Amino acid sequence: MEYLILQTLNGIQLGLLMFLLAAGLTLTFGIMDLVNLAHGSLYMVGAYFAWTFIAWTDSFVLGALLALPAALALGVAVEMVVMRRLYARDHLDQVLATFGLILFFNELVRVVWGPAGKSVALPSFVAGTIDIMPGVPYPAYRFAIIVVGAVVALLLAWLVTRTRMGMLIRAGASNRRMVGALGVDIGLLFTLVFGLGAVFAALAGLMAAPILSIKIGMGDDILILAFVIIVIGGIGSVKGAFVAAMIVGQIDIFGRAYVPDLLKTFLSAAAASSAAPAISQVLIYVVMAAVLVWRPTGLFGQRS
Amino acid sequence: MFARFGAAAVGLSLLAAPVHAQAPIKIGFVSTFSGPQAAIGQDMRRSVELALEHLGGKMGGKPVEIVFEDDQFKPDVGKQRTEKLVQQDRVNFVTGYIWSNVLLASFKSVTDEADTILISANAGPSQLAGELCNKNFFSTSWNNDQTPMAMGAYLQAKGVKSLYLMAGNYAAGKDMLAGVKRTFTGQIVGEDLTKWPDQLDFSAEMAKIRAAKPDGIFIFYPGAHGVQFVQQYVQSGLKATTPLYQVFSVDAITLPQQKDLALGTLGAQQWVNDLPVDQNRRYVADFRKKHGVYPSYYGAQSYDSIMLIASAVEALKGDLSNKDAVRAAVKKADFKSVRGAFSFNTNNFPIQNFYIQEAVKDSDGNATVKTIATAVTAAKDPHFAKCPMK
Repeated sequence: MEYLILQTLNGIQLGLLMFLLAAGLTLTFGIMDLVNLAHGSLYMVGAYFAWTFIAWTDSFVLGALLALPAALALGVAVEMVVMRRLYARDHLDQVLATFGLILFFNELVRVVWGPAGKSVALPSFVAGTIDIMPGVPYPAYRFAIIVVGAVVALLLAWLVTRTRMGMLIRAGASNRRMVGALGVDIGLLFTLVFGLGAVFAALAGLMAAPILSIKIGMGDDILILAFVIIVIGGIGSVKGAFVAAMIVGQIDIFGRAYVPDLLKTFLSAAAASSAAPAISQVLIYVVMAAVLVWRPTGLFGQRS
Repeated sequence: MFARFGAAAVGLSLLAAPVHAQAPIKIGFVSTFSGPQAAIGQDMRRSVELALEHLGGKMGGKPVEIVFEDDQFKPDVGKQRTEKLVQQDRVNFVTGYIWSNVLLASFKSVTDEADTILISANAGPSQLAGELCNKNFFSTSWNNDQTPMAMGAYLQAKGVKSLYLMAGNYAAGKDMLAGVKRTFTGQIVGEDLTKWPDQLDFSAEMAKIRAAKPDGIFIFYPGAHGVQFVQQYVQSGLKATTPLYQVFSVDAITLPQQKDLALGTLGAQQWVNDLPVDQNRRYVADFRKKHGVYPSYYGAQSYDSIMLIASAVEALKGDLSNKDAVRAAVKKADFKSVRGAFSFNTNNFPIQNFYIQEAVKDSDGNATVKTIATAVTAAKDPHFAKCPMK
């Protein structure tokens, strides 16, 4: 029981981290109709920003708080300089241009921060454990990720469903020209949405930094998972991204927890431990394929 | 007329001789110089440069040129950089290699296609110690199985009843777990090979360890992975209940980041910075004076690889034209290793001691490792019998 609770929490923590990344991606893909491969670069640069600010301020929280506006500024700049020119183009052009951005950002980071990786020390107040139940300790930092992730997810839900800006985002998605004709500055709106996505990506990057360490190309690996999540959840749906991220998080954790032992029941120990990591990775794609067969637009997708 | 011609010829040959003697000894060095594992490459590079300083920049009277290449922690890049060293730079020796998977992808380009000597300064995959052993391949490190075997033997003697094993899922990780199981005959309550090098989050595995309740955890997570593992091990609260035993995961590379978290952790190694060997005292003292930090075994093995090459070049007076003679001179291992006694087994892997070390603080408060016991003496790897070379 204790084991199940710990693994479930691990899955929630991983899922929330991936939701933060997927939220920005699904907003830009679904609402702005923009395929942004460089979303992982914003995740990476967010982590590097945080590293720099943490070194300057000598405080994890202050550094993180400074990194978020910096990521917003970067997101807005990228939207104004590059993305704005891509909205009217087809997806292939967008893929090419944003793939170029990945190369650009990886090289930029190499020039600015150097080729070696960076590591971020945990702030002392979350370095220990907290008891989630009497006698069952859980890493305090991971619990903090769950809390921050949950709060941000709620904020985002409130923003999209309850505010004027959220209403405009949804309206802009279904008919961009009509919203423009009503006097809304749709260009500004898209800039804000893109900037918001950048902030979420940076938040995911900086929260992952103490666990996964910071390196060039760190966003490229996780971006594929983020795309899987928005496809499972339904492109453009923040709710779908949330549900899918939770599912993927649990599959990943429980795959790692149970697949090796399951395999050992009918394979040799050596073969089982070699095959298990690969099989638990593949599980996520199996689920994606199953969801797409069942619902071709994803769990909460609107588009056909 | 003839006399004058002869004198001119002698004059020419006198001119030519020094030019020939000045053609440098070229050594290619492949390691990881970018990304999160770059700290290891830096330690190796510093040690290579220190070895050259100690040699006065010359081997057998010839200048030495070292070409450093970055494998980017990727087997395909390592192979490509290795090919460049032997095909384009035409180096006389290739050395370096942290990672077994990079070495396995690269070695044939050197040993077979270019008939050039490759000296591994770290990676020691079991295949190269056994059936794939090669007359052009030498090691100044160990075979992967050996260090965990030393650790396993120590834990067995200490009376540890059960272990949970974890390593990265690649050539070296599999060898390491096989190694510890050769000597530790207690219960293995769990075993995880994690996705390498992508997986740095061990939360699911920590929960499994907690549920399995082993007497101890044995890990192999070099460099940046070791830093993350130890941090997450402490964060999960496991340190209070379950001791950690490791190979290659708590060392001079990782301790500056693990700091107090790793203190008290036991590991095995064939070299420790405090070994009472003259050559070692000089190496460690000069390294610390120059860089302000302790060198690691990665550096010590790289230092030895340069010293081994130098001994062969000296013995041949700089003439590397006869490859059989070069191989024979390297095989003699006529150099003073920083680890003390060193000789090559039939498969060109060293016969050497292994020690148990503990992570401690030195008198200045820096985290480091110190020798606490000798685990095995004059150890040979378990694969040499499979090597056709005798």
